[in-house]
Amino acid sequence: MTVTGQGGDAATSPLAASVGLADADLVAMYRLVALARAVDERMWILNRAGRIPFVISGQGHEGAQVGLTWPLRKGHDWIAPFYRSIATCLTFGMSARDLMLAQYAKAIDPSSGGRQMPGHYGHPSHHLVSVSSPVATQILHAVGIALAARIRGTDQVAVAIMGEGSSNQGDVHEALNFAAIHRLPFVLIVENNGYAISVPSEKQLSVRDVAVRASGYGIPGVIVDGTDVLACYAAGLEAIERARTGGGPTLIEAKVTRLTAHSSDDQQTKYRSEDDLAEGRAHDPLPIFRDQLREADVLTDAIEAELAAEIKALVEDATDFAEAEPDPDPATALDWVFAEHWPGETAPPWHGTAGSHGSAGAGGHG
Amino acid sequence: MAIRTFIEAIRDGMAEEMRRDWTVIVMGEDVGKKGGVFLATDGLWGEFGDDRVIDTPLTESMIVGASIGAALNGLRPIAEIQFADFIHPAFNQIVSEAARLRYRSNNGFTVPMVIRAPYGGGVHGALYHSQSVEAFFTHVPGLKVVIPSTPYDAKGLLRTAIRDDDPVLFFEHKKMYRSVRGDVPEGEFAVPLGQAVVRRTGRHVTVVAYGLMVHYALEAAERVAEEGIEAEVIDLRTLRPLDRATLLSSVRKTGKCLVAYEDNRFGGYGAEIAAIVAEEAFDYLDGPVSRIAGPDVPGVPYNHALEDWFMLNPAKIADAVRRLAAY
Repeated sequence: MTVTGQGGDAATSPLAASVGLADADLVAMYRLVALARAVDERMWILNRAGRIPFVISGQGHEGAQVGLTWPLRKGHDWIAPFYRSIATCLTFGMSARDLMLAQYAKAIDPSSGGRQMPGHYGHPSHHLVSVSSPVATQILHAVGIALAARIRGTDQVAVAIMGEGSSNQGDVHEALNFAAIHRLPFVLIVENNGYAISVPSEKQLSVRDVAVRASGYGIPGVIVDGTDVLACYAAGLEAIERARTGGGPTLIEAKVTRLTAHSSDDQQTKYRSEDDLAEGRAHDPLPIFRDQLREADVLTDAIEAELAAEIKALVEDATDFAEAEPDPDPATALDWVFAEHWPGETAPPWHGTAGSHGSAGAGGHG
Repeated sequence: MAIRTFIEAIRDGMAEEMRRDWTVIVMGEDVGKKGGVFLATDGLWGEFGDDRVIDTPLTESMIVGASIGAALNGLRPIAEIQFADFIHPAFNQIVSEAARLRYRSNNGFTVPMVIRAPYGGGVHGALYHSQSVEAFFTHVPGLKVVIPSTPYDAKGLLRTAIRDDDPVLFFEHKKMYRSVRGDVPEGEFAVPLGQAVVRRTGRHVTVVAYGLMVHYALEAAERVAEEGIEAEVIDLRTLRPLDRATLLSSVRKTGKCLVAYEDNRFGGYGAEIAAIVAEEAFDYLDGPVSRIAGPDVPGVPYNHALEDWFMLNPAKIADAVRRLAAY
């Protein structure tokens, strides 16, 4: 069974067969992990070069992100992602250009038109819900999306993704409780990287594993090694199919590592030891997945070289493209407060520019 | 034309929209079999069933947050918050999410939903069943805030709010649910958002009000009329977007403006009205823009003597009109 429906290479190694995929699927998954990493690394270079003011990163999370969301139906199912969901967004249909436009906050940035900080992705036609900064709010949105799917009979599954830090928010409890009561087609993915900025998980959680909290809602809680892309795929597939067939929600906790500081404004050596950081690097999903695919003869020198060249070109193209795009025009800054323009809501005259809808009704009084 | 109470008009408005559009659903605490603690949704569960009239756990953030999600995926939810006093756990979902989704996605996502909540005092509800919360939300661009004062407007504005493509907060003064009656025509009619109405014309003082205070202001106007003071009463109906034209043309005519609101005085919605009038009608003013509002205590106290002290009433508003008229 191939989820992607990619034709052509129908070769199936024992490794691919073990999870019901074709070799081409595994290569495509590896490509996404590597592409996400390359885009992410470019973001940091651009930040350190002074080209973009802020970076928030997904490095270390990519394997889990690709594996867990690979079984979803693109453009049909929904994901409410979070700010580390770079590989998730690529897996669900966004392009390197789309992500880089968000880094540069350009006018045609599909996530927000340059209105949000980098990392706050979103894409309506790919059913990726716009990310905000207050954490865990999106869990309830995914539950509501699942509720609407149930009522409308659309056969859609809604997935929410967050870190373990977010798992302590009250919205998570309210969301899991409601989703479980109604057995909604909902999956909650927790990417547990062990840190909420600087606070380690033992000071965030009274239990070791977030997944055990699932039992409080009477739903399955699954722990998966986030460096094992195919294990993540299998866990995602089971949960997504259970959701789609009326079996209700699942909480999946992927143990991942955070290879970078929280953001470009954080210095993690202040609160993480060298041993801890080295341990994290040993759990980098990119080389682990690469070695796995090479041992299975799915990834060859030729394929790797081809992918490396393609990814390098994509990152260069995305960077050049985004950098060359125009900034948003301040004359548009009043647009889309509402669907329509409200004359009473125009900016005061001393702001100089009215919304691009025009300034009807904003007339002065002499 | 039929005479309906305020709450009947609200119930009729929801039922008719639910019959017309199957994507309209209701979510909230006790909204199902019980029909809501005030019976605003009475009968809806029986007619529309479990899928469309959903009893929720006691989780206000979920009621709003899941309604946002349902709106993103093709429904038009009506989220009922049992009392406006209990809306605060949902504040983050309303302010950070519902209000901003369209703007922050550059029109990529829209949240067509209505949040209904009973507000207001004078019903022995004390600190946590009497609050006026409109100022928290009128402050936020991206939210529309409606407070009707008549059964006709309640039904017509609710219909418009349900069909609107942006989040609308719809606050209903609970003291009016059964005490206010009025003509409500059969059939489809809608009242547009963003339009105030002049309830009574007068030459001397403009009284700006909404919700229950419209009725008190009209009674006050009746009282002072016997003394030769002609008060003009404006019912804002929609607090945001605000109908500046109706407000300013009235004040430019009378030269005096009193804003009556039940919420705490400091930083209340009426303060913004006063600021707009001061900025945009200064040349026409013949007296200080004034406010009469609830006292600045943390809630409406329970004992009837204390509650009466807190609440505005026609006599208090009439006194304020007299003072301003005499200025």
